[in-house]
Amino acid sequence: MRRLLYEITESIRIALTQIFANKLRSMLTALGVIIGIVAVTLMGTAIRGIDAGLENSMSMLGNDILYVQKWPWGGVEDWWNYANRPNIRAEDAEPLNRIIEATPNSELLLAVPVVARGAVVKANDNRLGNVFTVGSNADYGQLSNVDYVEGRLFNEAEANAGRPVCVLGFDVAEALFPGRSAMGEDVLINSQRYHVIGILAKQGSFLGLFSFDNQAIIPLVAFKKNFGTRRGAELRIKIRDKNRVTEAREELQGAMRRVRGQLPGERDNFSINEQQAFKAQLDPLKAGIALVGLFITGLSLFVGAIGIMNITFVSVKERTREIGTRKALGARRRTILLQFLIESVSICVIGGALGMGVAYALFYGIHLQMPALPVRFSSDLVVLSMALSVAVGILSGFIPAWQASKLDPVEALRYE
Amino acid sequence: MIAPTVSGAPRQVRPVGPLVIDIDGVTKLYRMGTETIHALRGVALKIHRNEYLAIMGPSGSGKSTLMNMLGCLDTPSAGRYHFNGKDVSAMEDDELAAIRNQEIGFVFQTFNLLPRSNALHNVELPLIYAGLAPHERRERARQALVNVGLAERMMHKPNELSGGQRQRVAIARALVNTPSIILADEPTGNLDSRTGEEIMQLFEHLYAAGNTIIVVTHEEDIARHARRVVRLRDGLIESDQTAT
Repeated sequence: MRRLLYEITESIRIALTQIFANKLRSMLTALGVIIGIVAVTLMGTAIRGIDAGLENSMSMLGNDILYVQKWPWGGVEDWWNYANRPNIRAEDAEPLNRIIEATPNSELLLAVPVVARGAVVKANDNRLGNVFTVGSNADYGQLSNVDYVEGRLFNEAEANAGRPVCVLGFDVAEALFPGRSAMGEDVLINSQRYHVIGILAKQGSFLGLFSFDNQAIIPLVAFKKNFGTRRGAELRIKIRDKNRVTEAREELQGAMRRVRGQLPGERDNFSINEQQAFKAQLDPLKAGIALVGLFITGLSLFVGAIGIMNITFVSVKERTREIGTRKALGARRRTILLQFLIESVSICVIGGALGMGVAYALFYGIHLQMPALPVRFSSDLVVLSMALSVAVGILSGFIPAWQASKLDPVEALRYE
Repeated sequence: MIAPTVSGAPRQVRPVGPLVIDIDGVTKLYRMGTETIHALRGVALKIHRNEYLAIMGPSGSGKSTLMNMLGCLDTPSAGRYHFNGKDVSAMEDDELAAIRNQEIGFVFQTFNLLPRSNALHNVELPLIYAGLAPHERRERARQALVNVGLAERMMHKPNELSGGQRQRVAIARALVNTPSIILADEPTGNLDSRTGEEIMQLFEHLYAAGNTIIVVTHEEDIARHARRVVRLRDGLIESDQTAT
C-alpha cells in the first residue's frame, strides 16, 4: 500500500517533468481536451441557463394562476373551431367571482379581468412605440407580488371611476424620464393623458422575449374608454394551492361554463391555460438541444482522446529504453502502467483546467455583453468536467500504457 | 591462464561465501522467422557470494543471453536456475522484478540514467520500487553517492556529469539496495581507458568490501581484473578459470 503511494507520487513527478519538458507537444495534445471541456461546459451552461431562464419566467407568470382565454397555449390544428368562439369578456369576472364566493371550500381564490394591447406612450419629447398596456381592476395587485420602486397600484375607487392614472414598468419609466423620477408626471398613452402613480421594480423578461419592464397598467374602465370595448379580454384566476392545479382547473371549467351559459354536452367555448403548458412545449426543444450538445461534446472529447492516445504511444516508443531500465531496477508491470496512465491523465487534467478557464472567460465575456442571457457557471459543472478529463485520460492512456507495461525488459533495454 | 595481477601488484583473493547463483543445464532458444537460434545450449554455472567474475566471449557466443538470464531479465527455455536457493526459472514477470529490485544491481554500458532527474533521484529509483519512505531513500541514496565519491555532485543532472561520473552514479544506483550481486555489462565500453581504469578500481574496492561482482566484457584488459573468468563460445562454456 505504502509502496503504491510512493509509486504514484513518483509517477506524478515523472509525468509533470515530462509534460514540462515537452511543452509545445503537451499543449497541442491538451488542446483537444481543452476544446472538449469548453464544449462540455458551454453546453452544460446553455442547458442549465435555459432551465433557469424558464424557471424565472414561469415564476413571473405565477405558478398559482390559471388563464381563461379564447385560445389555448401551444399550437392548434383545428383553428376554425376556436376562431368562432365568443370573446372572453372582462365582465365575466364578476359572475365568476360570485360563484367562487358561493362555493364552499373553493380551490379558486379570485378572478381578475385583464385586457391588453400594445400602445404608443409619450412624455415630453420621448416616445415609446410598443408598450404593453394592461387594463385591469384593483385586484390585479393580488395576482403576484410585484415590488414597486415608488408609488402603488390604483385603488378600487380609482379603478371603478376609470381615473386616468397609470403604473409604469421600470424600463418605460426610465426611457420616458431619463435621469429623474416619473412619479407624479403625466404621460400620454394612445394620446390620452395619464398621471403616473407607481413605478414597478425591474422584473426581467419572459424567456428573453417579452419584457415585463416594458408595460403600463391602467384601470380597466380607462382602458375601455381609450381603446374601445371590442377587444377580447382574459381572466386570470388565482388558485388556493398550486399543488392542486387539476382540481382547480375542473372547478374553474364548471364555473366558467355556468358563467358562459353553456348547455350540457356543448364543448367548452373557452380555454383554461396554465404555465405547465409552456413547459410541455419547451421540453422537446430542450431535449433536442441537449442531444445535439451531447453529440458535439462527445465528438470533441473523442477527438481529444485520440490525440492523447497518440502522444502516449509516441511517449512509450521514445522511452522504451527508460522503461527497460526501470524494469531492470525493479519496476513492476503495475508501476509502468501507472506511470503512463498518470501521464495521460495529467495532460487531460491540465487540459481540463485550462478548458474551464477558457469557458469561464467566455461566460464572463458573454455576461458582460449580454447580462440578460441566463448563463450560469456552477460548481457541479467543474466537478463534471474534471471527472470527464480524468475519464478521457484513463481511456485514452490505457492501451499505450498497457503496451508499455508488457514490454520485455531485454528487448526494451536493447531498443535504439 | 590469465595473469592474476593488476599492474604487477599482488592481488588479494577473498574467500568465497555461500552459493548465490546455481545454473544447471540452461538452454535458450530464439525464433527468428523460421530459424531457431540456440543462444545457450546447456550451461552449468555456480557463483558464490564475494566472487569477482568476468564472463567473456565473442559476439554471438551467448554471453548477453547468459547475462540477461543471470540478471533475471529473462528466463531459460529449459534447465533450472536457483538464485539464493529460490527457483527463478519459472517465476512471473512481477516476481522477477522483485528479485531484480532486491538482489541484483545493474551497471550498463550506456549508464541508462534518467536524463531529467538529478544523480540523487536516479540513485533513489530502486528504493522507490522497494517501497522505502522518502527520507530513508534520500539518506541511503546520499550515502551510496558518497561511497562512489560523488558527494559534491548529487544535485547534478546526467548531462552535467562526465562519463566516469555518470557510471559512478549508475554504480551507486546498483549498490543502493545492497544487492546479492552486481551485474555489469561492458561497464567501461563507453569510457576512455583512463576513466575505465578508475571504474575498475572502484569495482576492486567494492569487491574488497565484500560485494559479488559479475562483469560481462569482451575486453581482456577488463577481464583481467576479475578473479575468475568464464569464457563462452557457441552457447557453451568453453573455459572457467579461477585465479589462485
